[in-house]
Amino acid sequence: MIKVENLNIKYGGIAAVRDVSFQVEEGKIIALIGNNGAGKTSTLKTISGLVIPSKGRIFFEGNEITGMKPHEIVKKGIVHIPEGRHIFPNLTVKENLIMSSSSRNVTKNKFYEEMNNALQSFKVLKERENQLAGTLSGGEQQMLAIVRGMLQAPKLLMLDEPSMGLAPLVVEEVFRIIKDINNNGTTILVVEQNAQVALSAADYGYVMEVGEIILHDDAKSLLANPQVKKIYLGENDD
Amino acid sequence: MIVQQLVNGLTIGSIYAMVALGYTLAYGILGLINFAHGDVYMVGAFVAYFCITVLDLNVIVSFIISLVISGILGALIEFTAFRSIRTGSRSSQLISAIGVSIILQNAVMLTMGSDTKPFPKVMNTSVYEFTNITISSTQILIMIVALIFMIMLYFLIYKTRVGISMRSTAQDAAMSSLMGINVNKVISITFSIGAVFGAAAGILVGIYYNSIVFNMGSSMGLKAFVAAVLGGIGNIPGTMLGGIVLGLAESLGATLISAKYKDAFSFIILIFVLLFKPTGLFGKKEIEKV
Ligand SMILES: Nc1ncnc2c1ncn2[C@@H]1O[C@H](COP(=O)(O)OP(=O)(O)OP(=O)(O)O)[C@@H](O)[C@H]1O
Ligand SMILES: [Mg+2]
Repeated sequence: MIKVENLNIKYGGIAAVRDVSFQVEEGKIIALIGNNGAGKTSTLKTISGLVIPSKGRIFFEGNEITGMKPHEIVKKGIVHIPEGRHIFPNLTVKENLIMSSSSRNVTKNKFYEEMNNALQSFKVLKERENQLAGTLSGGEQQMLAIVRGMLQAPKLLMLDEPSMGLAPLVVEEVFRIIKDINNNGTTILVVEQNAQVALSAADYGYVMEVGEIILHDDAKSLLANPQVKKIYLGENDD
Repeated sequence: MIVQQLVNGLTIGSIYAMVALGYTLAYGILGLINFAHGDVYMVGAFVAYFCITVLDLNVIVSFIISLVISGILGALIEFTAFRSIRTGSRSSQLISAIGVSIILQNAVMLTMGSDTKPFPKVMNTSVYEFTNITISSTQILIMIVALIFMIMLYFLIYKTRVGISMRSTAQDAAMSSLMGINVNKVISITFSIGAVFGAAAGILVGIYYNSIVFNMGSSMGLKAFVAAVLGGIGNIPGTMLGGIVLGLAESLGATLISAKYKDAFSFIILIFVLLFKPTGLFGKKEIEKV
């Protein structure tokens, strides 16, 4: 579904990502894990068009999207929920959700119907629909970010550290929702520092370290991989 | 006497508020102070003047043509003078704005002349007298037009999709683009709206004082900027109130203290606001932009 070839990203001459290639197959959950500064966020930002790569090409459903503007890329069905959620704090919960219709080609009625259905399944948001989004708790903001992303009707949903700053129970809930979304046919690319959680949910995983992919395998095999265990799961290989 | 000054203050305050909204819109969406905005106000007045006197068009038509041309001018200024230095330093943005200001003033001076022009009489001015105040039909016109414009703006910003996009872009432009918003387009629209407000105010001032001149935007620009800072630049309802408060303060100050210092009041107010409440009288701790 998406194919990244020899991606290179530089910030002011300093390389952040070097020759990264990977692909995401339709219908799967793919995890991209790695430590701080590995280049995970930069990679997602390049796919969604926020960052222009210095080299390399990105294909989505066979068409090249490298260099396209973010608002054009999202219209192709690639939705990016960035690190730190980036809900609009001074818009109400409902206005945040209404933003999702910008990237879509749907009638107002159809969109409102979808939005109301989504609100029905997320009661916490429904109860707070007229509240400014900045007043929501961290967990609620993450839910809002995910529901807002879903209402953009993604073919590929990219999430950057959805577990960040959340209590373990909420993290579980978030990943349960991600699996649900995937079961309903949306392909997922999830970036995480929390390797345990991400790999448990994923089908396939890539491990990034200082700008390069050092390892990739089935998620199950990665979880059992001694190197991954040692560095990312905080276990000693005995 | 004081009640009379309240009427005069409210009139000029409505004008300040309309021009000040241009500063607030530009600041809200890009965080920059568009010091060429006063000259858009001047251009608006001159385009209407040209339509009425040279093209012999009817007032309403001239008003609309002026707003359309000014709206385009607003977007053009953003595109040429600010877009490429959007993330640049404040000083380069300031210099760019001053450059636009010089170009606009000189363009109008060279084509229309440097003398003060008599703005054509567009309506019969009648004066209504109440017990101890008089209010003219032009004052009523100004207040009604200003009110209509502000209600329309409020509706646009808070009740429409374009308004939501403007507010989201002001809060987080990158995220707005991820939501599918063409951020450049939203910024152009915002500058256009600001320019339309400035132009409408310029025409109203022409009608009120019966005269316009190529550098009329300089002092109005400064005062409207003070009004915006006073109300909380970036905050739309605050800016509207800031304009009214400045108009009232100026008129009352002129009567109660001295008319000679009328123009000084706005700058004294600016200094006090910046010293004691830099977010403006109605600004929240964190300014809600656009
Ligand atoms: N806008 C930027 N300007 C300059 N350098 C940047 C910028 N964004 C990222 N970098 C650098 O690029 C490298 C990769 O950063 P990136 O945010 O992609 O890492 P990450 O894997 O997402 O890390 P984390 O897990 O901490 O979020 C880092 O060294 C970072 O300092
Ligand atoms: Mg990151």
